[in-house]
Amino acid sequence: MSYLKIDHVDKRFQRGSATTDVLKDINLVIEKGEYVSVIGHSGCGKSTLLNIIAGLTPVSAGAVLLEGKEVNSPGPERAVVFQNHSLLPWLTVYDNVALAVNKVFGRQKSKAERHDWIMHNLDLVQMGHARDKRPAEISGGMKQRVGIARGLAMEPKILLLDEPFGALDALTRAHLQDSIMQIHAALGNTMIMITHDVDEAVLLSDRIVMMTNGPSARIGEVLDVRLERPRKRLDLVADRSYIAAREAVLKFLYERHRFVEAA
Amino acid sequence: MGQTVLKNATAGAKVVALSAVQAQVVALPAVAGKPLRERLGAWLKAVLVNILPPLITVTLILLVWQLTAHGPQSSLPPPTKIWAEAKDLITEPFFWNGSQDIGLGWRILVSLQRVAIGFSLAAVVGVLLGALVGQSVWAMRGLDPVFQVLRTVPPLAWLPLSLAAFRDSQPSAIFVIFITAIWPVIINTAVGIRNIPQDYRNVAQVLRLNQIEFFFKIMVPSAAPYIFTGLRIGVGLSWLAIVAAEMLTGGVGIGFFIWDAWNSSRLSDIIVALIYIGVVGFVLDRLVAFIGTIVTRGTLTN
Repeated sequence: MSYLKIDHVDKRFQRGSATTDVLKDINLVIEKGEYVSVIGHSGCGKSTLLNIIAGLTPVSAGAVLLEGKEVNSPGPERAVVFQNHSLLPWLTVYDNVALAVNKVFGRQKSKAERHDWIMHNLDLVQMGHARDKRPAEISGGMKQRVGIARGLAMEPKILLLDEPFGALDALTRAHLQDSIMQIHAALGNTMIMITHDVDEAVLLSDRIVMMTNGPSARIGEVLDVRLERPRKRLDLVADRSYIAAREAVLKFLYERHRFVEAA
Repeated sequence: MGQTVLKNATAGAKVVALSAVQAQVVALPAVAGKPLRERLGAWLKAVLVNILPPLITVTLILLVWQLTAHGPQSSLPPPTKIWAEAKDLITEPFFWNGSQDIGLGWRILVSLQRVAIGFSLAAVVGVLLGALVGQSVWAMRGLDPVFQVLRTVPPLAWLPLSLAAFRDSQPSAIFVIFITAIWPVIINTAVGIRNIPQDYRNVAQVLRLNQIEFFFKIMVPSAAPYIFTGLRIGVGLSWLAIVAAEMLTGGVGIGFFIWDAWNSSRLSDIIVALIYIGVVGFVLDRLVAFIGTIVTRGTLTN
């Protein structure tokens, strides 16, 4: 049995009498522990796909199955790391993670265990030192680290990352990508990441799902990235299979599915 | 759970942590190192800048007033006459010479007590109703037109009805405060709740917060700046309404004192009472604003 199965999913948005087909016949199977990236031009519906897996958006047809059970509402077993971090500004870093931990593990764990678990996850993203700061007092990269800690702290079956590094500068993004790789190696989480960054997709993923342009976006191609882990950013620059994978994604995006409307 | 903390922190995080430490080292001596005289001077300057202009304005107003109301045929008393006639009211707010001859401080406290009860009720009910209207489209469609009509009814227009319903002046006055203060609280809370970013709602959905958790952990803090705007308007309106309501219901409050003074032609007493009312209203407004800034710190910036 597959871990996560996206089975013939369609998504239509209806506004008055006008119907827009966003996603058409999406089929994808993801195994436990896999790191899968979804890449495509903006507006192709990749965020909609992530929201469907998260349960935040209902499907129009088809189904999403996690361990054989249908998913149709949001829940902590499919934690989301949002693009704009979505930390609650009135809570400290610690309390933001605590909100999630207390809700998810309020019954199973004692108060001390929950505290240890919160600090463990903050340390995992190297944010333990800022536990008493509010989101407004830390940098964008740090906020995203806390967002990741909050996601991980729910012990999700799948961690969904919606363009997690999109709003960050290149250097911060590289550090966070390294962190995510280490976390993935250490914990073996199943992760699905939306991105529009080709290098990021190749560096982090086991498989890259390439979406065609909307409306009625489909999965155009799925690329297996056969690179050994742990991956080192600098070693890969000249690696032949890295270059080949990168080229394949670029060709898909810029030759076969060029985004015509993009200015 | 065999999960290990990643010991090999990335270089980036180390750099970030270091610079934070350095910033503290730089900041601490800067505060402690400032000489006392310099800080005292800055404080004195701030006081002068804030106190001096209103002081000059008040002096000018008193001067003009004194000159215009000076003559014997003037219908209103000048400041010197007020001082001569109502000195005891100004200097002793808390004297007690029997049940009707008491200091203005006592009367203000009685009025404040009514406002406190009516306004607290309005705050609680207003936030709850506002949350309902802000959260549910159907509640808004059903209730909003009713609110929009009722909120334009002047406070005193409620008084006869509430006297008929409660058959006593004390609960009637409190009801008038309640019905006056509740509308801005409802409307501002509803706007604040409609403006909760979708991101926060998504977080709540992923965490599966229930209605009560969502109310206390997301709704109230997120809408707090709007709620406090409503509360601030509400407390101002209730202070306006209590004086008028007390004029009609009688009793001990500051409003009745003014009416009583008018009936016995003590104009000086009325003017002193007006100043009391103004100062207390100002303090009430600032008090709610102050609580608001404490409660909402961190909410406005992100």
